[in-house]
Amino acid sequence: MSLTDSLPDAEAQCRQLAELIRPKLAKNPALVGIYSGGAWVAERLRCLLGLSEDIGLIDVSFYRDDFAEKGLHPQCKPTLIPFDVEGRHIILVDDVLYTGRTTRAAINELFDYGRPAAIELAVLADRGERELPVAPSYEAWTLQLDAGQRLALDRNDHGQLAWRLENA
Amino acid sequence: MHNPQLNSHGELTHLLSTEGLPQAILTQILDTAESFMEVSSREVKKVPLLRGKSVFNLFFENSTRTRTTFEIAAKRLSADVINLDINKSSASKGETLLDTIDNLCAMDANLFVVRHASSGAPYLIAEHLQRIGRGDIHVVNAGDGRHAHPTQGLLDMYTIRHYKKDFTQLRVAIVGDILHSRVARSDIHALTTLGVPEVRAIGPETLLPKHLDKLGVHVFHDMAAGLKDVDVVIMLRLQNERMNGALLPSAGEYFRHYGLTPQMLALAKPDAIVMHPGPMNRGVEIHSAVADGPQAVILSQVTFGIAVRMAVMSIVAGN
Amino acid sequence: MNILIEQGRVIDPKNAVDRENTSIFIVDGKIAGLGAAPAGFVAEQTLDARGCVVCPGLIDLGARLNSIEAELAAAVAGGVTTVVVPPDADPPLDEPELADRLVHRGEEIGKARVLPLGALTLGLKGERLSELAGLRKAGCIGFSQAKVPVVDTEALLRAMEYAATFDFPVFLHPQDYWLSRNGIAHGGEMASRLGLAGIPVAAETIAIATIVQLVRDTGCRVHLTRLSSAAGVHLVEQAMNEGLPISFDVGIHHLLLTENDIGFFNPHARFCPPLRTQHDRDGLSQAVVRGLAAICSDHTPVAADDKLLPFGEAKPGATGLEVLLPLTLNWAESAGVSLSDALARITCAPAAILGLASGSLAIGAAADICIFDPEESWPLTVDAIRSRGKNSPWLGYMMNGRVKRTLVGGKVVF
Repeated sequence: MSLTDSLPDAEAQCRQLAELIRPKLAKNPALVGIYSGGAWVAERLRCLLGLSEDIGLIDVSFYRDDFAEKGLHPQCKPTLIPFDVEGRHIILVDDVLYTGRTTRAAINELFDYGRPAAIELAVLADRGERELPVAPSYEAWTLQLDAGQRLALDRNDHGQLAWRLENA
Repeated sequence: MHNPQLNSHGELTHLLSTEGLPQAILTQILDTAESFMEVSSREVKKVPLLRGKSVFNLFFENSTRTRTTFEIAAKRLSADVINLDINKSSASKGETLLDTIDNLCAMDANLFVVRHASSGAPYLIAEHLQRIGRGDIHVVNAGDGRHAHPTQGLLDMYTIRHYKKDFTQLRVAIVGDILHSRVARSDIHALTTLGVPEVRAIGPETLLPKHLDKLGVHVFHDMAAGLKDVDVVIMLRLQNERMNGALLPSAGEYFRHYGLTPQMLALAKPDAIVMHPGPMNRGVEIHSAVADGPQAVILSQVTFGIAVRMAVMSIVAGN
Repeated sequence: MNILIEQGRVIDPKNAVDRENTSIFIVDGKIAGLGAAPAGFVAEQTLDARGCVVCPGLIDLGARLNSIEAELAAAVAGGVTTVVVPPDADPPLDEPELADRLVHRGEEIGKARVLPLGALTLGLKGERLSELAGLRKAGCIGFSQAKVPVVDTEALLRAMEYAATFDFPVFLHPQDYWLSRNGIAHGGEMASRLGLAGIPVAAETIAIATIVQLVRDTGCRVHLTRLSSAAGVHLVEQAMNEGLPISFDVGIHHLLLTENDIGFFNPHARFCPPLRTQHDRDGLSQAVVRGLAAICSDHTPVAADDKLLPFGEAKPGATGLEVLLPLTLNWAESAGVSLSDALARITCAPAAILGLASGSLAIGAAADICIFDPEESWPLTVDAIRSRGKNSPWLGYMMNGRVKRTLVGGKVVF
């Protein structure tokens, strides 16, 4: 994908993603968003799906596998899981799925809270090139990027989500 | 100028003192500690961050309390913890401090938590590690002589931020034996770096170091005047074992003039918090009614201390 | 042996000589000619001093000779031809036989001249007098307590009275025992910040005031060693103006460093007396500029194991014999002092304090000579130091001024 191609509407993609999840609401899923992009998407999904329960928020800084190379991320936020993980059907939400390492870290962290009944992964964008056996259950957009490119989700002052593509 | 605590990228690689640390790093530690507070509130109070790493507690000066909190913090980071009470072992056989360090380096240590009776000992260790090519081993100062107790200073700052939010609007008073107190020195540097506009030291002339004003501190000998309208009162323990001379006539006279009684506390702001690094000498520097009263946040300090130490160890170990 | 030192810049501060392209002629261990050859002189050995300064050998008022061979070698490598040795070796020099042995050992080694100071009191304990006359006879040029204060003022009074009987000079280090016993650094800003037990200036001034009063009462000749404060200098100057037989010296490190050099607890900045403030350093410097005091090295070799310790545990002191000259030149440059005046402070000034005829290049004087290149820089590394004491706050720095040759009694010893 080149930088000049126009990027899809992230808000519309959230609505798409919500429709994919809607059939599964009978399982009473709990949404857990991975900071920061995943948290924004999870919040959007909660509204779109009409869920009353607060979403969970996960910071994977303490579970990453690259601590030895990169050290502790300078901005970590507290993880907040306002419900009991034990026996719940959880949908982990992230903005971009890439190597799968963030997902692995989030799963490990969730297991330190209890034993969920199941965990599914919902992502707005899947850019492939997995390094671990992780697959999304719900995705709105599949794409290919070069190694030097980075896809990021932004939220403007009005709370509107939009994609940004840049050279890493 | 060369800062022995920071690596060439300006990242924290050793924690030796709150002095000389940029505000951004102090804030980073406090923010990270917040995340660790959350970890400590879970059932599984562990994260895998320091899994496979070895933390050596080198306590050349006894302290079960401090050593225990460091041990808990390290274990919550999944590190292996080895406790060494040096005064019982090699040092008494005449082994020098640096020989002890060399031996421990050969045992694959990743982080040394050091408490020593001589000011400056952790600096000597950090410099030595650099010199022998073991800059990968990190040093966290758990208290050196009268010089610094940076993790205590940081947890005190965390406590203040937790209850008072904005440093830039506060009056903070530190009361007691500041001359011999490494906690006081660490508090003072952290408070001024974080922008506290008024830091006060209260105590008799014999217990206050000269030149406190050069550190940005206002000196008071009259407790009533010093406590007026303060937001935070930090009480220091009257340390018997550190005083070797006629600095004070008696604990009784000290309490009458510098003890924090409910009447004295009433001179501070009504929502002022009372802090103490512990252990407390009830009836010497603090009245039991205050220590057990609603304004005392002393037990919270202990809880915050574990999260702060987890934050410090994670940050240095990753740099 | 007839020695010719050719074409150097001859500086003899005592005799106000500072001449370029001048030669010195040595016959039988003495200076026989300056500029013009004495009649019938034939050189058996010629030393080329072009581009170098030729001055009297340095006289160091305080240098410890722990392992005497290495230290005397270090001395002459530093251009020092006479060394005054404090009595605080192990055992303290309180018996004539010990002084005898030291002097003879020095002569055997045949490098710098060794002038021991005898212990004023037995074991330096400050209680009972040593046999001052016996020690003098064995070669002691004066008496001292090294850095050990005499706590009992009455004992000090009696010791000074006794010394005055024989007109023996007493070297005293002015430091009040009580005010200094727990301190490890100057009681100032650095100590407050770093949590180091402080030694106030009062420790020095109180001791000086006491000693001055005792000089008034006994007439004893006193040389005060290693002053550290401006206030101390002021008191001593007043006493000197009064006409009292008092002199003093300053350690070279105290002319260059302050408490700030402690930095992050650098144990090489631990000295006794402690490094004090900029104001104190300026006061000491002014005193030396005005010729009130001599400079000495206070050479104190300390083993690495005793230095690489937390600040409060490290043994105080620095290696000095090999850096005395370059550091003095360093001080002279920043103090705006001429080369000749600077050299005076380490040659004729110490000689005058000791009552020695040496420290000059007069005709007939013993040929104790230092030849050095004032422009040559050399790095102070552990390998470059001949002394057993490699302890220096200047390690890794460039030293300006290199000794090329040293002669003692007309013999080339370096």
